Amino acid sequence: MQFMLLFSRQGKLRLQKWYVPLSDKEKKKITRELVQTVLARKPKMCSFLEWRDLKIVYKRYASLYFCCAIEDQDNELITLEIIHRYVELLDKYFGSVCELDIIFNFEKAYFILDEFLLGGEAQETSKKNVLKAIEQADLLHKYGNVHHPNKNSKCWTLTFFQNLTIFVHGQT
Amino acid sequence: MSDVVEKTLTALPSLLSLDSQPGSAKLSSNSKLGNLIRGITELTSKHEEEKLIQRELLLIKEQVSSPNTTMRQMKELMVRAIYCEMLGYGVSFSYIHAIKLAQQGNVLEKRVYLAVSLFLNEGHELLLLLVNTVLKDLQSTNLIEVCMALTVVSQMFPKDMIPAILPLVEEKLNHPREIIRRKAVLALYKFYLIAPNQVQHIHNKFRKALCDKDPGVMSASLHIYLQLIQENPEGYKDLAPSFVTILKQVVGGKLPMDFNYHSVPAPWLQIHLLRILSLLGKNDQTSEIMYEILDESLRRAEMNHNITYILYECVKCIYTIHPKSGLLEKAAKCIGNFVLSPKINLKYLLKALTYVVQQDPKLALQHQMTIIECLDHSDLIIKRETLELLFRITNDQNVTVIVEKMLDFLRISEDDHTTIDLVGKVAELAEYAPDNEWFIDTMNTVFSLGGDLLQPDIPNSFLKLLSEFDSVEEDKKLRLFAVNSYISLLQGDSSKLPQRFLQVICWVLGEYSHLREDLEPGVVVRLLAKLLDMKSSSSETKCWVLMAMTKLCPGGAALALVHDVSETYSSSLDTMLRQRAQELQILSQDSELQAKVLPRSASMEPVEVDSSLSFLDGFVSEALAAGAAPYKPPHQRQEELSRSKLNLEPYGLSLPISISSCSITDRQSPTLLSISSGLSGDSTDFSHKGSTALKLDGVKRLWGRDGYLAQKEQTEEAPRIEAASAVRSADQLGDNNALNSQTPNPTPSPECDQEKQQLASSLFVGLASQSTPAELSALSHSKVTLLFSKQNLDVSACHVQKEDSVVLVVFISNCSDSFLHQIRLQVDSEELETEEYGAMWLAFSHDTKQNLTLIHDGRDPLAATLDVLKRKLQLHVVEIIVEAIVACCLQQDQPCLMHCRMHAGMLAVWLRSPVPDLPDCLLYCCQ
Repeated sequence: MQFMLLFSRQGKLRLQKWYVPLSDKEKKKITRELVQTVLARKPKMCSFLEWRDLKIVYKRYASLYFCCAIEDQDNELITLEIIHRYVELLDKYFGSVCELDIIFNFEKAYFILDEFLLGGEAQETSKKNVLKAIEQADLLHKYGNVHHPNKNSKCWTLTFFQNLTIFVHGQT
Repeated sequence: MSDVVEKTLTALPSLLSLDSQPGSAKLSSNSKLGNLIRGITELTSKHEEEKLIQRELLLIKEQVSSPNTTMRQMKELMVRAIYCEMLGYGVSFSYIHAIKLAQQGNVLEKRVYLAVSLFLNEGHELLLLLVNTVLKDLQSTNLIEVCMALTVVSQMFPKDMIPAILPLVEEKLNHPREIIRRKAVLALYKFYLIAPNQVQHIHNKFRKALCDKDPGVMSASLHIYLQLIQENPEGYKDLAPSFVTILKQVVGGKLPMDFNYHSVPAPWLQIHLLRILSLLGKNDQTSEIMYEILDESLRRAEMNHNITYILYECVKCIYTIHPKSGLLEKAAKCIGNFVLSPKINLKYLLKALTYVVQQDPKLALQHQMTIIECLDHSDLIIKRETLELLFRITNDQNVTVIVEKMLDFLRISEDDHTTIDLVGKVAELAEYAPDNEWFIDTMNTVFSLGGDLLQPDIPNSFLKLLSEFDSVEEDKKLRLFAVNSYISLLQGDSSKLPQRFLQVICWVLGEYSHLREDLEPGVVVRLLAKLLDMKSSSSETKCWVLMAMTKLCPGGAALALVHDVSETYSSSLDTMLRQRAQELQILSQDSELQAKVLPRSASMEPVEVDSSLSFLDGFVSEALAAGAAPYKPPHQRQEELSRSKLNLEPYGLSLPISISSCSITDRQSPTLLSISSGLSGDSTDFSHKGSTALKLDGVKRLWGRDGYLAQKEQTEEAPRIEAASAVRSADQLGDNNALNSQTPNPTPSPECDQEKQQLASSLFVGLASQSTPAELSALSHSKVTLLFSKQNLDVSACHVQKEDSVVLVVFISNCSDSFLHQIRLQVDSEELETEEYGAMWLAFSHDTKQNLTLIHDGRDPLAATLDVLKRKLQLHVVEIIVEAIVACCLQQDQPCLMHCRMHAGMLAVWLRSPVPDLPDCLLYCCQ
């Protein structure tokens, strides 16, 4: 994997992780172009894009887009599962994760990502092991309890829409 | 739904007030980030945001440099800095602080490594400062510290510093905790990627990691193996059974439940293994042990509809490895299901059909309706993939339809990358053209749609095609059609046409507008002159216009126009344009000279270029006789110049001499001569240049390092050249070929011959790969490689799979229409000296080694075996010194060298040649 971007439906970058060395200028250019292209796509379109010489795999969870760039020989479908597993990990860690969790605790989201993907490759795919590693590190931070924004009815969870889409598909 | 974020943000104040409950500094620090984020969302314009962030950054800058800031505060500041950077603001001032923090902090602050890894990338110089911290942390007894250090190491580490920490990372491979072992393996993988030679010595440790009892460590080691096998599949064939066994266990559900992902056992691991297997089994018998597990994988994946990713990878693997009919059928069915699936993401996998199509194009017929549907899909990506598939199944019957579809797509596509790619493909397909009109029309669309983005070789090859058509009648029609179509284009609005297209139009009109008899050259010139006046025309295009005008040479009223034009541009600032204008001016006034310079009928014949610049010889020897210094190539001049500069000796007699000699050569070497320096090259480099050495064959070597080679030197040079080129003229292969007498002169000049050869190889490569003999077409075979071609004969080779064996087939094909009566294949030995042999040996890059059994018939076994080889391969023994070196030459410029050595009762044969497949073919004959 070359890089991973998380951005909101408004086009605001929420997380960026680059596994290839690029200059800041290039990073900005790529981000701008990709956010634009992905946001312009309609919901019924497929999750893959060919962009320059890379393949882009993206998926929308509620108001957040997860977007990965992979090389030509990589498997697009399994990359979708990587995204999904990452969302599951976030979900489990934050407890029904929503965009706000990621905004306010983005460093935690990075830690989880680092534990899951290392240098662009899936490192640990067992959910239990990833979370164990994170929790162990968390324990060290005595005061470092995860800061949860209050989850009242006004906060939509990422997986909520995921479930909703599955439901809608089931209907049709 | 659009206001989800806004809604939640309104709830923020209450959340933040919760934070400010008494207790911890951590919470209040968190609210600082919270404040920042909230502040940003409340703003309405980009400008305000910028102001806010700049203020924030100033604040951060102040605090990080203050000595009173505590570690914890620092950490919080870093988090805010990361946030600002994510928004696109420069925070480079904080990089050094992040590194400092990582150095000083105790285990609580180690997570600041994160900031470092986000701020810096591999090449950043500040990373050097991190090396010590990493070293310290790797030695720590604290598990978390070691983990963090390994994480940061595998994300980015300065290449030159790897040796410093390598032993520590290696040590971690034996760590009792699997998480450490896993991270160490991944760190080594990263090292391998950036500096492969530094981890050479630990390959056996990778094997240990592959056998690790923890599946996580084992799967981490697969990253390394995938990379290694990609680079050298041959070296890891012995591991194939192990990978198969691992995959069997994974598929059989032998891993702990933790590794399941939605009840699929370790999918990432499975995909990795499948990719490795496909690399190992590519065109190889190793594939046989894989069939069973692939079948099983496919079966299990099919049972559960969700795991299409495994199915897809299996299918890819099945089509890559040595084919097995039963599996291929299943895989084809599988892809059929993808294509028929209503799920859009599976529709995208339509491109997997290209695998099927390559095996058997008829299978695409089953899915034709789906393919047609996908062609009109609203998602451009799906459409694009479908076109990709169609591109593979194009033949001369369906080409018009497919090209039309592609052009339709091009008209709506906005992405430059796609446009360039597709335009190239259309241009490629256009050569299957059913008729002239279609071809020209299609190319017109290609040029106007591709605009100035298209690859420069497209217009070039189009013009080449136009000028080299083989039948006269057809040829004329094609050109005439092109002229007509361009005239009407220019009569319309030509300001929208791309520059490249205009250049093509200019050339065609210049060359061929005389074919249309009712057309006055004056009319064409007027049309062309219009292009000159257009603002959008580039000066390159203007050059083309002027050249076309020069060729047209009108009389009458248009002459005045031409005169005006050349007048205007002969004072242009652009030198090229000026030159063309001058040419036009002179040639338009002198029609005799014009006819001589640009003969109309001869435009098809290749121009002979005297690349040795022999016409200058007289001038040069005159100059030399008059006392001019011999020519020196620029690099030598540079060298001497710097040498004279570095002369630190006190003023002495030597100084004036050295100055005079080099300053004279510098000023006096005529600029014209320097042109030849590239061609003549360095005589010392000659033997090491490999394939380029062959290209120099035809060129007479008149220019050496010291400029024009005087007579004395030339005689020294001559035998070497002859040995290397070993000119074997056409009659050797074709002396019985009655129809071959078309060749204009029996001993074509070397330059011309070589040009033809290049042309032939570029033209017939495509043909050869299609013209497999009928006997072969029934069997599956590898790609046909053209070994070499000469006149109308091609010699090609390919691997053919028979029921029980793989055979190397070398065949000769006639690529012209002429009928050959008889072909005599002759393999010639080449007379070589040992020294030359040595030089050539170093220059040739393709080699093959093998052991052969010796023949014992009473005599010296080496001599006996060599005799047999000599007879069979027409070898020429160069010398026998304990070992034997022999050489043979299959054809002109295609030598093959052989080196034999007695070793443990076997004859070790080593073949080298500049032609890739020649050694293999010869070795096959040896057996």
